[in-house]
Amino acid sequence: MRELDAKQITDAVAQMCKEAAYYLPKDVYEGLKRGRETEKSPVGQAVLDQIIKNAEIARAEDRPYCQDTGMTIVFVEVGQDLHITGGLLEDAINDGIAKGYTEGYLRKSVVAEPLFNRVNTKNNTPGVIYTKIVEGDKLKITIAPKGFGSENKSGVRMLVPADGVEGVKKAVMDIILHASMNPCPPMVVGIGIGGTMDRAALLSKKALTRSIDERNPMPEYAKLEEELLTLINETGIGPQLGGTTSALAVNIEWGPTHIAGLPVAVTICCHAMRHASRVL
Amino acid sequence: MAEPIRIHTPFTEEMSRKLKIGDNVLITGEIIAARDAAHKRMCEALAKGEKLPVDWKNQMVYYLGPTPAKPGDPIGSCGPTTSGRMDAYTPTMLEQGIKGMIGKGSRSKEVVDSMVKNGVTYFAAVGGAAALIAKSVKKYEVLAYPELGPEAVARLTVEDFPCIVVIDCQGNNLYDENQKKYRTLQGY
Repeated sequence: MRELDAKQITDAVAQMCKEAAYYLPKDVYEGLKRGRETEKSPVGQAVLDQIIKNAEIARAEDRPYCQDTGMTIVFVEVGQDLHITGGLLEDAINDGIAKGYTEGYLRKSVVAEPLFNRVNTKNNTPGVIYTKIVEGDKLKITIAPKGFGSENKSGVRMLVPADGVEGVKKAVMDIILHASMNPCPPMVVGIGIGGTMDRAALLSKKALTRSIDERNPMPEYAKLEEELLTLINETGIGPQLGGTTSALAVNIEWGPTHIAGLPVAVTICCHAMRHASRVL
Repeated sequence: MAEPIRIHTPFTEEMSRKLKIGDNVLITGEIIAARDAAHKRMCEALAKGEKLPVDWKNQMVYYLGPTPAKPGDPIGSCGPTTSGRMDAYTPTMLEQGIKGMIGKGSRSKEVVDSMVKNGVTYFAAVGGAAALIAKSVKKYEVLAYPELGPEAVARLTVEDFPCIVVIDCQGNNLYDENQKKYRTLQGY
C-alpha cells in the first residue's frame, strides 16, 4: 500500500491557498477580456478594465486580487489504496490552510461560532472539507476559497417535478435578480440540480471548480447553461454598475433525485473565481 | 467616461451636495475604514451613551477589511465590501456627521432617506479590484478595536483613490438607472 506523509498534504494545501488567492485562472481572465470586447456600457467597460488590470497586478506581484480571500472549501479525493501517515487527513488540511493564509498574507475571515460570539479564529481555519473515497492510491486536492459577498446571495429552491425546465429557469433568475449587482459581477454561476437539498448545494459548489469554457457533457444541460447565461446577461446588472456582461458562465452539475423532488441550488461566485488543484 | 473630479478630505456637506450620480471621483486625503463588527460596536456604544473612538464629522467611511500588509507595504489588498450589511447601522452613523460612504452594492430605503436628510453621498469602488485599489493607499493606521483584526477601525491615507458616485444626496441611483438602460430581459 502506498504511503503519503500528512506533512506533504499540509505543504501542498498551503501552497494552493496562496496560488488561488494570487492567480486568477486563465479561463476566467480570458472570459473577462472577451466580456470587455462585447460590453455595451461605457461605465461597464471601465469597470472591466479595472478588474482585468487588477488581475494582472495580483499575478505579477503575488498579491491577493480580492481582500476577501474567502472561507476555504476543500474537495479531497482519497484513493482507497492510499495510507496517510503522520497525522489525520483533516488536521493536515487545516494546518495547510493556517500556514497558507499566514505565510501568504491572506485575510483571516473565519469566526469559530456564528451567532453569539463570532470570535475570529485568526488563521482562517477550519476549512469546509468534503472527502470522497475513490479508486487508486493517489490523493487529489482541490482548493476553492469562497468570498462571502457572493456566497450571501446564493440560494436553494425545492421545486417539484411539475415545475420542469421553466421552473428551474425561474428559480435561478429569481436568485440572480435578487442578488443584482451585490455579488461583484461579472459572476460565474454554479448550479446543482437534483439530489437532496444539501446534495444540490454541494453540486452547485462543485460546478464552480469546472472551467468556464467547459459545458456540461449532456446536451440538454449544456443548452440550459447557454440559455441561462443569455437571460442573466439580459438583466442589465452588468459589471456592477450596469451593462451587458453580468455573468461569464453558467456551470450546471446534476445528480439523481427522489420521485417527488427537483431541488435547485445556485451558488453565485464573483469574478474572482478561484481554484487550484493538485494530485499527490 | 468623463474626466475625474478630484476631492480632498475633509469632505463637507457643501462638497457632497455638488456631486451627482455617475461622477467619476479621485479622493486624496484621509478616509476611515470600518465594517460589520466595528459598526455593531459603535452603535452599541452610542446606545449606552458612550463616546465613539473616532470623530466622524466630515469624514468618509470606507467599508473595508484588508488583507495583512506584506513587509514594506502600507496595506494589503483593500477593495470594498458589500455596503448593504451596514444598512442597519448606517442611519445612526450618519447622524454622527459622516458625509461620504464608500463601498459596493445597493442600500436600503432607510439609508437613502438618511442620506437625503444629512446631505451624504454614496460612492462605489470596483468590487474585487483590491490589488489595484491598494496602489492608491499610502498609509494604514489602526484607530480602534485592534482585537477585531481585519475589522478594526483604521485611518487610510489615500492619493487619487478611484470611485464613482452611485447614490447622490438627492437620492438619485446610478445602479437603478443603468440597469434599466441595459435591461432587455422579458418574462422574468
